[in-house]
Amino acid sequence: MRLSEADTNPERIVKIGVLALHGAVIEHIEILRKIGVEPVTVRLPEDLNGVAGLILPGGESTTMRKLVARWNLREPIMALARSGAPILGTCAGMIVVAKEIAGGDEPVFPLLDVTVERNAFGRQLDSFETELPMPIVGDRPVHAIFIRAPIIERVGPGVEVLATLPDGRVVAVRQRNVIAIAFHPELAGETRIHRLIATMAAEYSDPAEGTVRQGSEPWSIGEAM
Amino acid sequence: MDVVTPEHARIAEDAGACAVMALERVPSDIRAAGGVARMSDPEMIEGIMKAVSIPVMAKARIGHFVEAQVLEALGVDYIDESEVLTPADEVNHIDKHQFKVPFVCGCRNLGEALRRINEGAAMIRTKGEAGTGDIVEAVRHIRTLMSDIRRLQSMREDELFVAAKEMDAPYELVKQVAAEGKLPVVNFVAGGIAIPADAALAMQLGAEGVFVGSGIFKSENPARTAEAIVQATLHFDNPKIIAEVSKGLGSPMRGIAAASVPEVERLAVRGW
Repeated sequence: MRLSEADTNPERIVKIGVLALHGAVIEHIEILRKIGVEPVTVRLPEDLNGVAGLILPGGESTTMRKLVARWNLREPIMALARSGAPILGTCAGMIVVAKEIAGGDEPVFPLLDVTVERNAFGRQLDSFETELPMPIVGDRPVHAIFIRAPIIERVGPGVEVLATLPDGRVVAVRQRNVIAIAFHPELAGETRIHRLIATMAAEYSDPAEGTVRQGSEPWSIGEAM
Repeated sequence: MDVVTPEHARIAEDAGACAVMALERVPSDIRAAGGVARMSDPEMIEGIMKAVSIPVMAKARIGHFVEAQVLEALGVDYIDESEVLTPADEVNHIDKHQFKVPFVCGCRNLGEALRRINEGAAMIRTKGEAGTGDIVEAVRHIRTLMSDIRRLQSMREDELFVAAKEMDAPYELVKQVAAEGKLPVVNFVAGGIAIPADAALAMQLGAEGVFVGSGIFKSENPARTAEAIVQATLHFDNPKIIAEVSKGLGSPMRGIAAASVPEVERLAVRGW
């Protein structure tokens, strides 16, 4: 598997960025380290140099939206996503990758053809944990922690549902290279979703396929490979 | 950020604050007013909850578990069991395990932090000296906390029993901190942050976030000060950005030197 190859060859260790404007950043960084991926904290556009994937962590989507705009991160992150690099949004990260936000907030990174509802379970008081089947990562259910979590109200064509609550509400989806989940795998020590992203990132950046990415912008992928 | 009106709350949210603390008076005004400081009016808290989409915190007096019940019933996102209010119990803190709403509590050192975590606190903030605009006590408390943690990490396992006894903290938590090199919960710095560089100082000393109380709305230009403090917290290790955001903010809160605050008026010594 490409990921384990990368583990043994420092030249080819996959780098995955974690948008570190706010929120549950350190937990994602620790999980990436644990699975042999080099985490990169992303606060400015140039921090995206050489990353082969990006995690948009949980936190407050309102806060994240403002800080993304403030530090001109919108365009470079959109470009990274369009180039095919895997993007994982968790909790608020799910809100920021949605094309439509119920209630009319402007989308931040319109990458995923879904409509999300913010704080769908109510305020902090209504946070909960559950065991959730998520076949894409294996037979064992995922321990899912929901904190002021969003929910997916509408799933567009081309969007694959990865997990639902027992009542049928959609809480995890994928559209090509973009995965969004309403809960926090990083707080439960769950590593399989990050492994999936790492595998996608390794495929994205695999030099054997001659896919050194083109582009002169500072955020283009190429040089790190 | 501490806010006293819905308008303040919106300014804080627009600046990029990730939560607001709904209060009737900011700590420097509480300090100036004297008297007994209690939980805020539920109507005022609700007004702030309606005004913003970011989480809203509110303060309960140390040990006043009924104030905490009221705040939970209102649906606030977090409760701060705070030394800024006049303590209601000089022996017991609130049993925070009895609540679903997460609590944040103050500390001056690791022992105090671990006692609060043992009672169920989900977040810790070092106390500093609220309402002064003087960072010196905040620095003292975060440095003490971090060096207490580093000291545990250097100990043999059989020395941790005595360490737990000496710091009056549960052994299991002491052992966990020694193994992981950090608190088991998220840790903020509070009490005295007035300018962007104060926030970045707290972050470089090991905070995972900052609470800014009087520092925003006692400054000449609250909206810009709030925004600048948010950016300095985010880019805490980037002096160029801190310099950029610090330009032309106007006067920060005037403040009072923490050293000049008489012992009986010090807030940080409340709680144990």
